[in-house]
Amino acid sequence: MSDIDLPRRSFFKTSIGAAAIAIAPGILLFDMAHGKSQPVSGKVRWGMLIDTAQCQDGCNDCVTACNKENGLSGSTGPTDSQWIRKVEIKSISTGRKVSLPMMCQHCEHPPCVDVCPTNASFKRADGIVLVDRHRCIGCRYCMMACPYKARSFVHEPLSDQNPDVPRGKGTVESCTLCVHRIDKGQQPACVESCSNKAILFGDLNDPNSEIAQKIRAVATVEVRANLRLNTGVRYQGL
Amino acid sequence: MSAHSPMYLKNVLYYVLLAAGGLVALAGMFAVYQMEHHGHVITGMNNQIVWGLPHVFAIFLIVAASGVLNVASIGSVFGKAIYKARAPMASLLSIAMLAGGLMVLMLDLGRPDRVIVAATNINLTSMFAWNVVLYSGMFALIVIYLWTMMERRMNPWNKPAGIAVFAWRFILTTGTGLIFAFLTARQAYGSALIPPLFIVLSFAWGLAVFHLVQAVTYAWNDRVLDQAIMERTKRLLGIFVIGSLYLIAVYHLTNLYFAQQIDFERFILRDGGIYPTLFWGGYILLGNILPLVLIYWPGRKSNCMSASILVILGAFALLYVFIIGGQAYPLEIFPGYVASSSFGDGQIASYSPSVYELLLGFGGLAVAFILTTVGVRVINFMPQDKSQTAE
Repeated sequence: MSDIDLPRRSFFKTSIGAAAIAIAPGILLFDMAHGKSQPVSGKVRWGMLIDTAQCQDGCNDCVTACNKENGLSGSTGPTDSQWIRKVEIKSISTGRKVSLPMMCQHCEHPPCVDVCPTNASFKRADGIVLVDRHRCIGCRYCMMACPYKARSFVHEPLSDQNPDVPRGKGTVESCTLCVHRIDKGQQPACVESCSNKAILFGDLNDPNSEIAQKIRAVATVEVRANLRLNTGVRYQGL
Repeated sequence: MSAHSPMYLKNVLYYVLLAAGGLVALAGMFAVYQMEHHGHVITGMNNQIVWGLPHVFAIFLIVAASGVLNVASIGSVFGKAIYKARAPMASLLSIAMLAGGLMVLMLDLGRPDRVIVAATNINLTSMFAWNVVLYSGMFALIVIYLWTMMERRMNPWNKPAGIAVFAWRFILTTGTGLIFAFLTARQAYGSALIPPLFIVLSFAWGLAVFHLVQAVTYAWNDRVLDQAIMERTKRLLGIFVIGSLYLIAVYHLTNLYFAQQIDFERFILRDGGIYPTLFWGGYILLGNILPLVLIYWPGRKSNCMSASILVILGAFALLYVFIIGGQAYPLEIFPGYVASSSFGDGQIASYSPSVYELLLGFGGLAVAFILTTVGVRVINFMPQDKSQTAE
């Protein structure tokens, strides 16, 4: 008879196999959750140019796409979150009407970041203004400070969240510029959804980018430019 | 039949008052539990009116907590004997109201469980974060100040402590006002007048609360307040009321002068429904004109209490108009345009406070009440006036 203890050997094999199966998804998830290991570059400044002439009155495609991408309900009650909204404006003196999407303007000097007591509101190196959902205490001071009413407070418990876009009851949220898509090299959902190509997305700091070339060539404005916040979102035809 | 001693009855009354305060505080806790469980959707607050009734209560308590210390400052800093005798009670009231107000503010947060985050992550450009430091410092300073008053060996330090409290209190209320003054984009706020306005308001509201508590504790202890003392502090209340009325007038007049602010002023002062009603009827008439008549009407004596109660009611009316009315008026994102959207652009925001907000607010008042009642009972905070009040 051989001295080899076969049951013992197979027990070790099974154990190692089981341990690998148990740990592997964890390692994989850990990797996925951490995403790209290198930090975002401060040389980039993401921004948008919205051509109001191309934005159609009554069209809501960008809003619908945003809701779907970020797991928002799409309801428009006073306590529902709206990260992007269509605003219809009419000049008091001339009567000219304009329809445009309004969302977080991703300011260079964001008042929400200034007033946030816990640094939960922050600006990423590439200019995207975000809320750290783990740090937000839900004081809503940023909502008082935002000149664009870009932020919403989560008033109710949430279900069926998009894993890429974590949200939380009792915290404040707003347009993330679809940061999870940008980090994968994609465009924000609203940009992609606009059939009229009214929203141009790109790197404002890259002189050769389409958006940088266009804002050099045509007249564009920041909303409430008098506040000198240097917004990342600009409008054409306002 | 039953021949209970007055002392026995007083003991019973003490526990009854404590139980009543406790019940109200408990109702406040119930409201907090509900808000925690269901979210802020059960309150009247929404994405347009983000600060509601709890903030009215909290800011009243915090502003009055600072103002009530004025009584102590006039004593310790300016050496007036009748005020100095009242410094311990004023300090107790200040701690109690500060605690009540901060409790309301904290429990209204979306995530009150993360209050430790607020304590450990300080953003130096945030007025809220500064206020966390200012409020904690105020607590500590008042405790030291009380120590210098009540511990004989510490008496020599009373004046420096009094001056420190005096200075800190100014900075504290400036900080409270700056929460609003630093809001660059809102028509109602973003004015450098707000901090001084809050300071003068704090004087009036704090003294009014002090009058009320003093009268009740004197009645409790079967003591009679010297009429001359009452007259003096009553006239002081009159001066504070006139002062706050002046700053309120300047605030609205400057706004009325700016074309860009006229629509907002029309809303608050004339067309805004509940807000002009509360402003003119609640704040101006009940909270200022009537108290001034009661204070300065020749020959009338014992109306200090009614004037003080009216000043407090006026305070709530003003804060409601200031905080909620200021948010109800639509934020002007596109000057020169009329705007409409699914998110309330260009529309007056509606707000109807829910019972939970009211319970939370009253819970804060109850905490202040309990702390004061226990303090007055356990430690001797009663003013000790010498027979001669003239200085």
